[in-house]
Amino acid sequence: MSPAQLTKDTRYMLPMYVPLLATALLAVAGYYFAAKRAAASAGGDIRKLAALPSQYGLFTALSVIIPTLAALIIGLSFGGLGGALPQVLLGVAGLGFLVSIYKISPDFRARTHAETWIKVILIAASVIAILTTVGIVFSMLFETRNFFSQYNWRDFFFSTEWSPNFRGNSALGIIPLLWGTLYISLIALTFAVPVGLFAAIYLSEYASRRTRSFAKPAIEILAGIPTIVYGLFALITVGPFLRDYFAQPMGFGDSASSVMTAGLVMGIMLIPFVSSLSDDIINAVPQAMRDGSLGLGATKSETIRQVVIPAALPGIVGAILLAASRAIGETMIVVLGAGAAARMSLNPFEAMTTVTVKIVSQLTGDTDFASPETLVAFALGLTLFVITLGLNVFALYIVRKYREQYE
Amino acid sequence: MKDTNMQNPKISAKNVQVYYGDNHAIKDVNVEIADKTVTAFIGPSGCGKSTFLRCLNRMNDTIDICRVTGEIKIDNEDIYDAKVDPVQLRAKVGMVFQKPNPFPKSIYDNVAYGPKIHGLARNKAELDEIVEKALRKAALWNEAKDRLNSPGTGLSGGQQQRLCIARAIATAPEVLLMDEPCSALDPIATAQVEELIDELRQSYSVVIVTHSMQQAARVSQKTAFFHLGNLVEYDDTTKIFTNPDDPRTESYISGRIG
Repeated sequence: MSPAQLTKDTRYMLPMYVPLLATALLAVAGYYFAAKRAAASAGGDIRKLAALPSQYGLFTALSVIIPTLAALIIGLSFGGLGGALPQVLLGVAGLGFLVSIYKISPDFRARTHAETWIKVILIAASVIAILTTVGIVFSMLFETRNFFSQYNWRDFFFSTEWSPNFRGNSALGIIPLLWGTLYISLIALTFAVPVGLFAAIYLSEYASRRTRSFAKPAIEILAGIPTIVYGLFALITVGPFLRDYFAQPMGFGDSASSVMTAGLVMGIMLIPFVSSLSDDIINAVPQAMRDGSLGLGATKSETIRQVVIPAALPGIVGAILLAASRAIGETMIVVLGAGAAARMSLNPFEAMTTVTVKIVSQLTGDTDFASPETLVAFALGLTLFVITLGLNVFALYIVRKYREQYE
Repeated sequence: MKDTNMQNPKISAKNVQVYYGDNHAIKDVNVEIADKTVTAFIGPSGCGKSTFLRCLNRMNDTIDICRVTGEIKIDNEDIYDAKVDPVQLRAKVGMVFQKPNPFPKSIYDNVAYGPKIHGLARNKAELDEIVEKALRKAALWNEAKDRLNSPGTGLSGGQQQRLCIARAIATAPEVLLMDEPCSALDPIATAQVEELIDELRQSYSVVIVTHSMQQAARVSQKTAFFHLGNLVEYDDTTKIFTNPDDPRTESYISGRIG
C-alpha cells in the first residue's frame, strides 16, 4: 500500500464524530467571533449596530448548525453519499461560518435573520413528528398487505378462533383478542374514572393547600411506577387474592390470572392520568362560576355537580379517553395479570388476553417475517392503531360539541 | 358620625370587624340599611366596600383566612349565628358580581338554577313561569324569549349581566347585593342596568358597590362612603353629594382622594 493511498483511505474513513464535533466547535467559536467582529465593525459603538453583538453571534452559530444538520439528515437518507458525508458536512459548516461572518455589517439585521433560523428549527421539529407517524403507518400498511395476501381478511376480522400454529393452518381471528382488550379496558376504566375524578374533585375543591401539596404528588407517584412492577403486583398479590376470596367462594373458577386482576391493576395505574388531568381542568374553571352558584344559595357539592363539572366536561372527557388509549395499549399488566390465553367469555375471573400481548408473542422467538403467523402481528397493530385513532377523533368530536354549548 | 338609626331596618350591622389574616380590612362598621331602597357603597379601591358587601351574604366564608366579628342582622336575625345556614341565607340575599358570570348552560337553565336547587317550583309549568317572570323583571325577556335554549354565554356583556340579575331574582331573594355590576359594561348597557336597579327597588332592598359616583348619585337613595376600612359617612345620597359632613367625603366626591 503506497503512502498516498493510505492517506486517501484514512480520509475516506473519516469517523462521523469529527465533523459533528467540528461543527459544534465552529458554532461556539462563530458565536464569539461574530459578536466581536460586529462590535468592531461599528467601531466599538454598539448603538450603531442594527442588532446586539450577541445576536450577530447567535445568527452565526445557527447558520453553522442548522445547514449542517439538514445536510446530515439529507445525506443519511441518501445512504451516506458513498462515504463522503463527513467531508460534505465539514464543507457545509465551513461555508455557513464564512457566509455569515461575511454578512456582518452594522446594517445587517442579525436579530430578524436569527429569528428565521429559529422558525426553521421549530418547523423541522413538527415535520419530524408528523413524518414519523406517517412512516409508522406505512411500514405497518406494507406488512399488513403482505399478511392479507396470505390470509383471508374475513377470517381475520370475523373469526372467533385464535390458535396460531407455526407449522401452518393457523386460525387467526382477531375477535377473541379484541374482546379481551375491550373487557379489560372497560374494567380498568370503570375503576379508574370514578376514583380518579373524585380524587381530583377532592384535591381541587375541598383539600387545604397543605393536604394538596403532599396528596397530589403522592397520587402522581403512581404514574411513575413501571408497568412491569404493576404486573408483578397483579401476579403475586391481586390475582391470588381475587381467586381466594372472590372467584373460588363464588364458584367463578380457580384461575389467578383473570380479566378482573388485570383490569383492577390497570385501573390503579390509570388513576393518576384521570385525576391529574381532571384536577388541572377543574382548577381552570373560573372562580366567578363557583361564586355565582354559591351566591344563589347552592351548596358546595351542588355547585361542583351542576356548574364546575359541566364547565370542565370537555377536558374531563379528554382525560378519560386518554386513559382509555393507555388501557388499550397496555401489555405488561395483561401478560402477568390476565395470562396469554385467547378466550371469549363473560366470566371476569377467567384468564383472557389482549391484542398487544399477542403481538408480542407472535414476534418473539424464532420468527421469519414471511409467514402469516408473524405477519398477523402487523395487522393486529394496525387494527389497534385504527381503534385508538378512532377513539381520539371521537374525543375531539365530543370536546368540540361541548365547547359549542358551554363557552 | 351622624346617627342613622332608622325605624325598621332590613339590615343592621353593629361593630363589624373583618380580618384577612393579619390585615384589618373593615374597622368597626355600624350601618342600617332600609328595605325597598337602593343603598350605594362608594369609596376608593381597597377601602373595604366589597368586603363589607360580601359579609352580608356570608360569601366571605368561602375565603379561608377571612374572619368576621361583630353582629349583622337581617330582619332582626343574626346571620352569623351558629344556627343560620349560610346556604339558606344566600338564597334570601342574592348577589350579582362585578363580571357577568353566567353558567355554561342555556339561558333558561341559568335562570332556573336557583329555583331548581331550592325547590321553588312544583312542576315544569311553574318553573317556566318563574323563569319568564325573572327575565321580564330583569328586562331581558323580549331579547331572550326566542332563544331560551341557547347558551347564556352567547349573550352580549350587558345582556349577560341582566341574565345574572334575572338569575338572582329567580330565587325570590329579599335583599340584592350588587358588586360593581356595571364595571365591565359599556355605557348603553350600564344605562339599562341602572334603569333596572331603579325598578328593583320596588320589591327588594338593593345594596350596590360602585366606583362611579355618578352612578351612586343616579340610582341610590342612601350612600355610604368607605375609606381605609372605615365607614366615614352614611346619609341620604343627595346630602352626601351636596353637603357632606366629613371633610374626607368632600375630598373624595370632589376628586381629591381616590
